[in-house]
Amino acid sequence: MFRKLALTTSAVLALTGGAALAAGEAIQVPDVAFAHEGPFGRFDQFQLQRGLQVYTEVCSACHGLKFVAIRTLSDAGGPGLPEDQVREYDKQFTITDADTGEDREGLPTDHFPHSSLENAPDLSLMAKARAGFSGPYGTGMNQLFRGMGGAEYIHAIMMGYEEPPACAADFESDGYYNRYFAKGAIPDACKNEEGHSTIEGSWIAMPQPLSDDQVTYADGTPATQDQMAMDVASFLMWTAEPKLMDRRNAGFVSVIFLAFLATLLYLTNKRIWAGVKGKKKHA
Amino acid sequence: MAGIPHDHYEPKSNSQRWLYRRLPIVGLLYDTLMIPTPKNLNWMWIWGIVLTFCLALQIITGIVLAMHYTPHVDMAFASVEHIMRNVNGGYFIRYLHMNGASLFFFAVYLHIFRGLYYGSYKAPREITWIIGMLIYLLMMATAFMGYVLPWGQMSFWGATVITGFFGAIPGVGTSIQTWLLGGPAVDNATLNRFFSLHYLLPFVIAALVAVHIWAFHTTGNNNPTGVEVRRGSKEEAERDTLPFWPYFVIKDLFALAVILAVFFAIVGFMPNYLGHPDNYIQANPLSTPAHIVPEWYFLPFYAILRAFTGDVWVVIAAEWLSFGIIDAKLFGVLAMFGAIVVMALAPWLDTSSVRSGRYRPMFKWWFALLVVDFIVLMWCGAMPAEEPYATISLIAATYWFAYFLVILPLLGVIEKPQPQPATIEEDFNAHYAAPAKQGFSAQPAE
Repeated sequence: MFRKLALTTSAVLALTGGAALAAGEAIQVPDVAFAHEGPFGRFDQFQLQRGLQVYTEVCSACHGLKFVAIRTLSDAGGPGLPEDQVREYDKQFTITDADTGEDREGLPTDHFPHSSLENAPDLSLMAKARAGFSGPYGTGMNQLFRGMGGAEYIHAIMMGYEEPPACAADFESDGYYNRYFAKGAIPDACKNEEGHSTIEGSWIAMPQPLSDDQVTYADGTPATQDQMAMDVASFLMWTAEPKLMDRRNAGFVSVIFLAFLATLLYLTNKRIWAGVKGKKKHA
Repeated sequence: MAGIPHDHYEPKSNSQRWLYRRLPIVGLLYDTLMIPTPKNLNWMWIWGIVLTFCLALQIITGIVLAMHYTPHVDMAFASVEHIMRNVNGGYFIRYLHMNGASLFFFAVYLHIFRGLYYGSYKAPREITWIIGMLIYLLMMATAFMGYVLPWGQMSFWGATVITGFFGAIPGVGTSIQTWLLGGPAVDNATLNRFFSLHYLLPFVIAALVAVHIWAFHTTGNNNPTGVEVRRGSKEEAERDTLPFWPYFVIKDLFALAVILAVFFAIVGFMPNYLGHPDNYIQANPLSTPAHIVPEWYFLPFYAILRAFTGDVWVVIAAEWLSFGIIDAKLFGVLAMFGAIVVMALAPWLDTSSVRSGRYRPMFKWWFALLVVDFIVLMWCGAMPAEEPYATISLIAATYWFAYFLVILPLLGVIEKPQPQPATIEEDFNAHYAAPAKQGFSAQPAE
């Protein structure tokens, strides 16, 4: 009896884990098969480099990456830029030196600048901070088994600019309608009597950032809106979790080691108890 | 040590005798490690070692994290990112510590429910139970303060909500809240004192764990039959028990290795699954998150807190009887702490003379319902405060109190227990055939 209860309890606890972030808005974003997904997924180095290009040419006009050190662009498991390219890359930034208080060219040891537009959030951790939308029922099961996370959310936001729904015909806003953005303004005409929204999405302050052929990829990849959205989403996943691949390697080695240790301990345990108890009797 | 008769340490060489006369530390370790342990313990008796491991893991990873962390509102969030990005292995240490808290609570809940089912709280183990409840309370305080340290959105708003409970105390509430926070709101002073206490409390827990172990080493372990080990003579006791080393040490270590394999899989492959993504947004006192949700291990008690709203008749009655002193907010806070108090009082609320739930036909079902109730409360705690969750929370919270205050006292009177085995040996032999071969010998080689 107790064993069954314990098993059920642990199973249910595992399921309710993700439920801590359940609650409310559940706009399901389309799944994207990113290279970094799955237990053995690895970042696509060239995709990260393309994503860096999109970030540099488009996003960085307003957004910052204040937690990311420029030197890490050459780290293994990241975009892996050669060091001379990193040194070249950082020169485009003007940094106010913390010691002298004077402006100078950027160095690899500097971090990316802060957001230049006051209301534009820093993007360093965006892929982790927006990872909790995934259902069903807020359990995060999609996140677990299909690898759906913040990268999908970023891709969806990039692709989610559409004509506003009919109920918002008279709505005047400084923002732009995006069907995957949940936290923005919604006109009263698009709400029911209880004040709940009757439409998907809401109005976001950021105008549509990406459109076809906005950048020219050095590797010849066609710069479609979808391609750029995926590339920058993948890059921002790396900025949020730069040690992703190291972590999985360490986890994998730990699990193999512990499984081996558990096997040895199982055999030891069996041997020790053999002198004390025989086979289990069936009641 | 008092309790079950067994062999004690005898110093043999001159140097051993020299040390023994001055500091009998080897004898203490020997007696602790060789303590006679009921030989019928099942797999629910492994959580103690898991919990001890968790405490050690949290203290060791925590000390390393403290070397790189900065408890200042402007720098705390960035210093955690520094650990994640620049400190060698920092990302793994931090994820171990973060998920270590979840493993700690997962194990403590199974440990507590094991005690509730097998009647481990009953005489003569009340002190062990009470110390355990104190440890659990300290664990909650420590975990709560630790969650504030990364200074994310949930850290800040969780701290604001939880410390707000103290503001519900009539008269002196606001003063107490200000005193706890070090100011009118959650700010740098709060972060500093939480860091200080988060570092201190685990060592208090460690001391209480020693007392917890001391207490049950004096009374002896409970076991699945609830029948006491015979203590008439050493020979009699040895038919009911086996020494802790090596039988239970190896068994527990095997269980620990299996659990850690799962734990490391979580840390390596899904370390943020149990956390809230909003905590990767730096704390912003001007922006309230849409839903403030505590960590999963607080959810059952959070649900009880929210269950008693102003339109529930007990709350209305309490408010009327207390001339408005006990309002809905205070009632909720009292209910939340009360839920733990009634659990701590279980040794005196349970009137049954039978210890183990195995021989209590009615108790079994009420207990199973309590486990379900706990899970339902956990689920309700994660849901927004609206229907139907409010009504479900109220029913589930009521059952929690009813179990301890009504069902446990009544069952002892109305239930007819099934026959218990006379001895642990009898139960053991009923379940297991005689050993086929002579295996390992427990006598230390000399």
